[in-house]
Parts: sequence; structure tokens; C-alpha cells
Amino acid sequence: MPKRTPLYHQHLAMGAKMVDFSGWELPIHYGSQIEEHHQVRRDVGMFSISHMTVLDLQGDGVRAFLRRLLANDVDRLKASGKALYSCMLNVQGGVLDDLLVYYMREDWFRLVVNAATRDKDLSWIEEQAKPFAVQVAERTDLAMVAVQGPNAIPKVIATLGSTAAGIGHLQPFTAGEMGRLFIARTGYTGEDGVEIILPNDEVQDLWQRLHAAGIPPIGLGARDTLRLEAGMHLYGADMDDTTTPLESALEWTVAREPLERDFIGREALERQRREGVSRKLVGLVLEGRGVLRAHQRVVVEGVGDGEITSGSFSPTLNRSIALARVPVATGDRCQVDIRGKLVPARVIKPPFVRHGRSCLPKGI
Amino acid sequence: MSNVPADLKYTKSHEWVRMEDDGTVTVGITEHAQDLLGDMVFVEVPEVGRTLEAAEACAVVESVKAASDVYSPLAGEVTASNEALADSPETVNQDPFGAGWLMRIKPSDPGELDQLLDAAGYEAHLAAEEH
Repeated sequence: MPKRTPLYHQHLAMGAKMVDFSGWELPIHYGSQIEEHHQVRRDVGMFSISHMTVLDLQGDGVRAFLRRLLANDVDRLKASGKALYSCMLNVQGGVLDDLLVYYMREDWFRLVVNAATRDKDLSWIEEQAKPFAVQVAERTDLAMVAVQGPNAIPKVIATLGSTAAGIGHLQPFTAGEMGRLFIARTGYTGEDGVEIILPNDEVQDLWQRLHAAGIPPIGLGARDTLRLEAGMHLYGADMDDTTTPLESALEWTVAREPLERDFIGREALERQRREGVSRKLVGLVLEGRGVLRAHQRVVVEGVGDGEITSGSFSPTLNRSIALARVPVATGDRCQVDIRGKLVPARVIKPPFVRHGRSCLPKGI
Repeated sequence: MSNVPADLKYTKSHEWVRMEDDGTVTVGITEHAQDLLGDMVFVEVPEVGRTLEAAEACAVVESVKAASDVYSPLAGEVTASNEALADSPETVNQDPFGAGWLMRIKPSDPGELDQLLDAAGYEAHLAAEEH
């Protein structure tokens, strides 16, 4: 039986086409994926993301535990509510998952991890937590909704009224508790907006109120093209437990200092740094016609082959874009094998789009 | 239930075929097919003059979701291709039985037309696919 979120019936009533996403029955679109994409870039849209896993870590040992568990350093979080993006690594330096961690209180940190990796994450975290004074609680009682787009914040404040007035003071990458709502100024689209975590039995009412305020629902299809344009990684596609952050353009998320912090995977990363990496993750922009797709072969003349990890059509740029893992010596050009034809593409550093505008270098 | 015009012939792989007065046939994908695929972003049509076998993959329609082959409903020679779709692939979504046509074929054996589904047969096929 596929799992359903509390918003399942609302999705159907709003005309959603439902698909299976790692065991969850979720909306892929509500009519047109491309229109939904533009809607978020130009105005505002809302996403049902209750399939994501919320974990609350509590106890005196939480900070010490997370400094061991995560490749990024929660000591960078100074103010209550601050969020940090991090990879969780295995001993070999492979990425077990990528996640957001919110520092709420000295004895309470909140993690939001991927749905597809839930079982693996929970058993890993519980195992690693054993030596620490930490309780791990999965919050299946909570639902999650994202509202994203240049007009997201004023519209959410107008809809929720005084409850959510505090959103106006939230810095980017910060969360606050407002009544029974946990509201974070984070997202997965490259636009401004919020992610709201709230009790399951209140999410239907919130969804209907936002909808009545003129915020249309956006499916997983547009969520994927929005995050790809923003150069954000998808776990399981762009990195997994066989690739390290250094091979995934995620070195910026690894806190190397202070050198004495002994996080899981550190030794393997240091070794890889000394020996050098053979692959890197880059952005591709297709020059010829066609659409880049995951697993297509990338050919770099005189260097070797790589592979596309995520590819699609970019509605904002009106051309095809991708993330690809290629040999480290790859320059600024390559070719992609699309159904047996080699089509030229340019190699760039993501993002492709930020806050509604193209980030492509001139001449591409 | 999606629109299935009564005057067209169909394949089980969701192409439609219209007989023209000059003895050629026009080919496209059905409303049901474009709806399954979603927003089109790329269409590749065959070159004029190409000879096709029946059921040969001869065009590609690619949506935001995935690429899908289009199969020739019958053997013959391509006499025209809808080049306008290169710049406006969304026409296949908006008007699949009209401006969204893909190619025109001169059949090498017009008798093959009789082997295609009529509208009732295609509707029955759609109903069966749903179950």
C-alpha cells in the first residue's frame, strides 16, 4: 500500500495527477508542470512536502553528537532558529543523506531528512547516537508545506495574520516557532519563501486557506525543475553513498575547521583531498536540440566520459540543462550522447537560475 | 475520457491516422497520448523522403517528464514533416489532432490501413489499458 499524506484528498480535489515517489502517493502536477514552474518563479506557489522526515534530537549531548554525525559543523549555528545544510557521511566519506538541521535550543535540534532515505537514516542515526545523551524522535505527527516565490512571504503573512507576523523578521535560513507553526525561511526552488511544519490535523485547514488566498498548488514535477535550475542537488541522483562531497560540488558544506573535530567520514575525505579526486560535479547547458536526461553519457574529447546525474528542460531558460559527474580535467565544453547522437553542451558552474533570473555566463 | 474523433484511424501505441484526398495519410499522437506525457518540450520529426517500415520508430516526442518514440502506423515514404513543432512543441498538447500533426506518409500498401483500429476499437483499447 502506498503511503498517503494528510493532503491526499485535497490533491485529488485540485485535479492532481498522482504518482509513486519512494512509496508515497504524491502529486506530480495539477495540469501543467511548466505553468506551475513559471508560477513559482514569477509569483508564488505551495508544495505539499509532508513525505519528508522530521526528526527531533533532544538531550544534553545533542550538540556534541551532531558535531560527530554531520560533515558541516553545527557550531556555526549561533542564534536560535538558525539552519544549516549538511551531508551525513559514512566512514568511507560517501553521502548517506543531505539534510537541514535547525538549532532551536541547546537541548533541541531539528533535522529534516529525505523521504527515500528515511529507514536507512533512522537506523544510522540511532546507532551513532548510542554513546551520546540524545533522544531521537521521528515526528510522524507533523506535516510540512512549502510556500515559494517572490511574493511568498507577503502572501503568507496576509493569509495567516498575526500568527505569522514574525515571518517578516525571519532572516534567510532561519526558523521560528509561531503558535503551533514552525516556520523556516528555507526552500528548494531558488526563490524566497518559507517551509511550514505543523500538526497533521491542522495542515488541511492551512492548505485550504493558502489556496483561497490565491496560492496555487505545485507538483513534484515543477519542484524538480525548480531545484535543478537553482543548482540544488537531489539525493540519490546527484550524490549517494558511493560519492563523496568532494566529487559532488559539495565541498563548501564540509567544515574542515576546526581540525580537531572528528566527524564521521573525515579521515576518508582528508585522504581523498591528499590523493586528489578524479571526478567532479558540474552544470551542463545543451547547445544543440534535445533534452538532457539522467544517465546519458557525457563525452569530453581527449579526457574521457562522464554521466548526467539530473537533466531536464529548463522552463525559465527555454533550453535543456543538467548536472553531470565528469572527469576532473573537463574544461568548458563537452558532448552528450542523446539516443546515439553526440550533441554539444557547455560546462558551467551552477546555479542556472536564481531569483527568477538567468545566471548563465554571457555568450552561452 | 479523452476525445477520439470518429473519422480517424488509430494504433495501439496511440498514433492517429487521417486519410487525405491525395492518397497520403497524416499522422500524429492522440489526445490521450499527449495527456499522459505532459508538457511537450521537444519534437523530432522524420526527414522528408525517408522510407518507413510499419511500426518503425520514426519520431520522438519529449515532454518535461520523458522522451517517447512515435511509431509509423504503416509502411511508406514521408512526404511532409511538421517542422513548425521545432519552435512550438506545445502545439502537440494544444491541438493534437490538428496543428500538432507530425508527418505525412504515402503508404506503400494502402491495404495496411484496414488493419488499424477505428475510433470504437481505440476507445475499447483505452478502456482496457485503464484496468
